[in-house]
This record gives sequence, structure tokens and C-alpha cells, in this order.
Amino acid sequence: MFKREIVELNMGPQHPSTHGVLRLKLKLDGETVVDLEPEIGYLHRGVEKLAENFNYLQALNLTDRLDYIAAVSNNLGYIETLEKLGGVEVPKKAQYFRVLLTELNRIASHLLWLATHALDIGAMTVFLYAFREREMILDMFEMYTGGRLLTTTFRYGGLKEDIPEGFDKKVKEFIKIFPSRMEDYEDLLTENRIWKKRTVGVGVISAEDAINLGLSGPVLRGSGVPYDIRKVEPYEVYDEFDWEIAVENGCDTYARYKVRMKEMRQSLRIVEQALEGMPEGEFRAKVPKTLKLPKGEVYHSIEAPKGELGYYLISDGKGTGPYRLKVRGPSFVNLQGLKPMCKGHMVADVVAIIGTLDVVLGEIDR
Amino acid sequence: MDFTTTYVLLPTAKIIAVFIVVLLTVLFLTYAERKVIAFMQVRLGPMRVGPWGLLQPIADGIKLFLKEDIIPLKADRFVYWIAPTISIVPALLSFLVVPWGSETTLFGLAKQPVPAVISDLNIGLLYILAISSIGIYGILLGGWASNSKYPLLGGLRSAAQMVSYEVPLTLALVGPVMMANTLSTRGIVEAQKGMWFVVPQILAFLVYIACAVAETNRAPYDLPEAETELVAGFHTEYSGMKFAFFYLAEYANMIVVSSIATICFLGGWLPVPGLSFLHLPSFVWFALKVGVFLFGYLWIRATYPRYRYDQLMAIGWKFFIPVTLINIFITAFFLLK
Repeated sequence: MFKREIVELNMGPQHPSTHGVLRLKLKLDGETVVDLEPEIGYLHRGVEKLAENFNYLQALNLTDRLDYIAAVSNNLGYIETLEKLGGVEVPKKAQYFRVLLTELNRIASHLLWLATHALDIGAMTVFLYAFREREMILDMFEMYTGGRLLTTTFRYGGLKEDIPEGFDKKVKEFIKIFPSRMEDYEDLLTENRIWKKRTVGVGVISAEDAINLGLSGPVLRGSGVPYDIRKVEPYEVYDEFDWEIAVENGCDTYARYKVRMKEMRQSLRIVEQALEGMPEGEFRAKVPKTLKLPKGEVYHSIEAPKGELGYYLISDGKGTGPYRLKVRGPSFVNLQGLKPMCKGHMVADVVAIIGTLDVVLGEIDR
Repeated sequence: MDFTTTYVLLPTAKIIAVFIVVLLTVLFLTYAERKVIAFMQVRLGPMRVGPWGLLQPIADGIKLFLKEDIIPLKADRFVYWIAPTISIVPALLSFLVVPWGSETTLFGLAKQPVPAVISDLNIGLLYILAISSIGIYGILLGGWASNSKYPLLGGLRSAAQMVSYEVPLTLALVGPVMMANTLSTRGIVEAQKGMWFVVPQILAFLVYIACAVAETNRAPYDLPEAETELVAGFHTEYSGMKFAFFYLAEYANMIVVSSIATICFLGGWLPVPGLSFLHLPSFVWFALKVGVFLFGYLWIRATYPRYRYDQLMAIGWKFFIPVTLINIFITAFFLLK
């Protein structure tokens, strides 16, 4: 009776909820998404190529700018890759502190995800509540590194400097406050009818598909796969702490929401244990001033807040910088899930699904 | 009273008074919205313009006046131009039949007290419903005339949403009308002297509140302008005073629906039972009740996420309309007895 027309809608790179400069070409039938194609590259800076011109320490600054929400995790992954190739033993104290900062960073990253995800679905208040707590963590980073977002936290063989005085007090304050704040978020969202209507059954991806697409992190765990590199291949001192992998079987946006909420609680547990068990001693191993690594290739991956973050490093044994550095960014791989998740849903769901994938464009475009 | 006073002077004075009050309320409702939501979200809201940012709405007004008025190249210029007007005029016209108090002398202008309403139409409620349906065309046409995709989606959503929510909204008001046995807004208020209609018509009242939020495009039903989905919805391409008109219309509509709720369910200007010893002027009672509704609007916005388009339609047609119909049957049953 009527002619049906497929409308092509360009969503982004300037759009309130594409989280940066992601551009989606949507094909719409009314408001239903028939097809979509993500366009990336608007934030490309050539990080991997730049790293070849820098020495090992300078390249550390580049890793900050990958997933700028979780700079500490990026630093950790990179430094550990260097240490794996260099074969240096990191002091216990440095390892504990690394875990502590990385887990705080995970909480900060998840808080930002919660804030923007909730805002995308229309819950404005959670946005500001989550930012308030994230601010506390950023203050801690500032206290230790001087930077809030781009922290350049760790150094080869340990830490940049010793733990500053009064740092533990700040962490303790956060540990005390945070659980009740978590309950505030959950009160506003978890059992909220509208929130559930917008997330349950939206963006479903089966465990099989998720594995085939290479998804990792909370997106994979939301589909019921208990895969967390911190448990599977423990690095640093993660095997010394008592914590659980957050898994949900829902496969949908709501399940991924619950996974991340659980994960924040688990991270807090690790932070608490790391602070209590913080050993005394050196904060950095004895390493030469100018870092030279032996000839060789190494791949190392860690569990970043967004998923598996891997660095593949080649050293030619002559220079003081990487011969080649390849980054496996979790956001980049997770973005693949967007198309199968979105098909057949509505425009409003696309926004929710981008939120649930928790992509950071700095890492996708590199 | 002579002819001029009754038919020219008094109505003009009333119109001016209502117009000024409504515009001021709209202005400071935007301020209140920012402040109330800010306090709910642990921040301060506007603080820079004037003490506690009190002059912020005026600064906003000046800014919008001075803004460049951009019309997209491919827009349908006439429709684009007239859409904001279609939106705001009905919103302001609705105040014609809103009784803000029992009787007034307009500060001594009239020798005897006259009804505190511009015109006491015998079909007052019907008039409001009819005129507010026209306002939808403003949004629909504005979204269409921009000739751009996001406004078009916003316009489509609003057309579907507002048309379908008008049905339960109207049906919810049928209950009070049946009990009052009149469509005159004054008549409805006076019929509540014994008991506010919110008690027997609680079902209709709840449905009315939900539908009123949808009807005015406010959160959690703010789909036509869902910022995180459609950028700014139907008014994405609008700027300057044209945008301001849409904005004013939205807030004026909030006041209209809150006034109707007050008139039909909360006894209009009648004092709260048990508090009549306060001897407040009737317009204060009216303003207080409307204020409660407006605060509720802001509160809801700070609390809830947004519905999805199809879910919204499902609730409207599958839940609200049956409930209001049942309510009409129940009311009729008790009235017949």
C-alpha cells in the first residue's frame, strides 16, 4: 500500500552518545535498524608508528593516550611487556601498589562507563553521582603521579617513586564511602522498571558468537564465559588475593551492567587487600639508567577494564626503543560486536548498545 | 458596570495579568528546573548571573534574542517559520479558561468581585483539550520542515506519542467531568467543595499524571527530543527566538497540564482540607498546588531513565486506555446508583 523506504542516517562523529568520534552509518526502516556500519579512524594518531621513534620510556607516554579512561592499565600492560622481555624481577611492594592503582583505575573506568551508559538511557542523576566518586580516584592519581587522566604511572622494574605519605588515608576513605555509594546507583537503576525494559533482552550476543568475534572483558563475561586474565594467567600478585570473577548468563545489556557492577565490588575487595597487605621494601628493582632490551619478540596481555589488552613488542637488541609495537585494544575488537547486537533493534537501543560495549575511541583508532 | 468596563477593560486587564504571570512563571520554571535538579545531583546549578544565578533566565532570554537565526537551506521556509508559532500560541491560549482563584477585583479595578478567570466558557475543559491538540502540529511541522533526518525522526515520534497519549489523557478527564456534571472549569472546581475528585478518581488521577508527562514531552517520556539519541529531536535545526518559542511552549504546556490536574483533581483554588484556617487568598492555594505538580515533573526527570519509543506506545494503548475506560465504567456505575 505504502512505499517503504530505507533511510540512511549518519550517526556521529559528532553525536552526543557515540562516546567520542565514532561514526555509524545506520540504515533505518522507520526506527528499526536494518544494517549498520561503524566508521573509525577519526582519532588516528599513529601511536604504533610513533612508538618506533621513541625510546622505551617515552613510548610509555603514548600508552596513556590509548584508552585515556584507563591510562594506568595501559601503562601496566606496556611496562609488564618490557619486563617480560627484559626478565627483571619486580619488588613485592611495587607489585602490590601496581595492583592497587590498576584496580582503582578499573573502578574509575567502570564509573565513567556507568555514568555515560546511564545518561545515554536517560538517567541523568547517576551520571553526576558516578562522576563524584570517580573524582576521588582521580585525586589519588593526581596525588601520586601529578596527572589525573594521563598518569604515566609505572616504570621499568617498579614504580616511579615511593608511595606518598597520606595516600593510604585517601584510599581508606574511599573504601569506606564507596560501598554505600554503589548502593545508591543500584537503588536508582538495578530494579528500576524502565531501566530493565531498556536493557533486558537488548543487544543479545551468545557466548559462542562472543568468543568467535574475539570479544573480551565484561562483554564476554556478560555472556556467561568466566574468562578473566587476572585469574586465567595471573600477572603481578593477583593470585595472592581473594576475589571472584564476575559472570552473568543473561548475554544482554542488563547482564553486562550487572557484571560491571559486580566487578567494581570485586575491585574494591582487591584494593582493600592490597592496601592491608602492602609489604615494606624497595619500590624499584636495580635497573640501568638507559634501558636496552635484548633482541627478541614478546606478547603480553592483561585484563584492562574494557577487556584483553595486549602488547606485541619486537626489540632488535640494538636501539633503545621498540623496533615494533603492536597494540591489541579491547575496544577495537569489542566494537565488532556492535553490528550483530544492533540488528533489528531500534535507534534508542543502538545508543544503549554502544554504551554497554564501553568503547573508547582513543584505543580504537590508536 | 458599564459596557466598556465589562467587555473591554476587565478582560484586557485579566489577559495582561495572566500573560505576565505565565511568562514569568515559565522563565523562572527554567531556573527552578536547573536549581532543583542541580541540588538533587549534588551540584549548584546556575550561580554566576545575579545572586544565586537568579537572573539566569533573563540572561538566557537576551542571549536567544541576539542569536543568529539560521534556517537550513533545504527547509520549507514558510512551515519552518510558522511551526514555533503554532507551538506556542495554543499553549498560551489554554490559559483563557484556567481559573486561578475564586473571585477577584483585580486590585480594585472592578467595583464588584468578578470570577478570576479570563473567560468562564461552559465547555472550558473541552476547549483546553482541543486547543492543546493544535500545539502538536507545531512540533510535527517543525520536525518535518527542517528537512533533516534527526528532526524528522523526532517529529515522527512526537506525532505518534502525543496523538496516542491524548486519548487516555482525555478519557482520564472524563471521570471528573461526569462527577461534576459540567465542562466549565469553574464548575468542576466548585463541585469539589465537599471532596476533592482525587479521592474517588484516584485511578484517573494517576493515569492523568503519567499521560500529562508524555503529552508535554518531559522525561521519562521525552522521546521527541531525546538528547542522547536524536541530538535535540524536532528542534535540532532551530536557533534563536524560534528555538525559544518551542522552549517556552514546552514549559507553558507543563503549567497548563499541571493547572488542569489541579482543577480536575485537587480542587483548584479551594484550600487544603484542614488548613482553611490559614485564610490564604485563593490564588495562593492554586499556585501552591500547581507548584507541587511542577516540582514533581522535575523530580521525575532527575530519577528515571527514558522509555523506548515502542514501549511507550505499548503502555499508552495497552495499559492506560483500558484503565481509563474501566474507570469511566466504575464512575458511571456509582453515579447511576
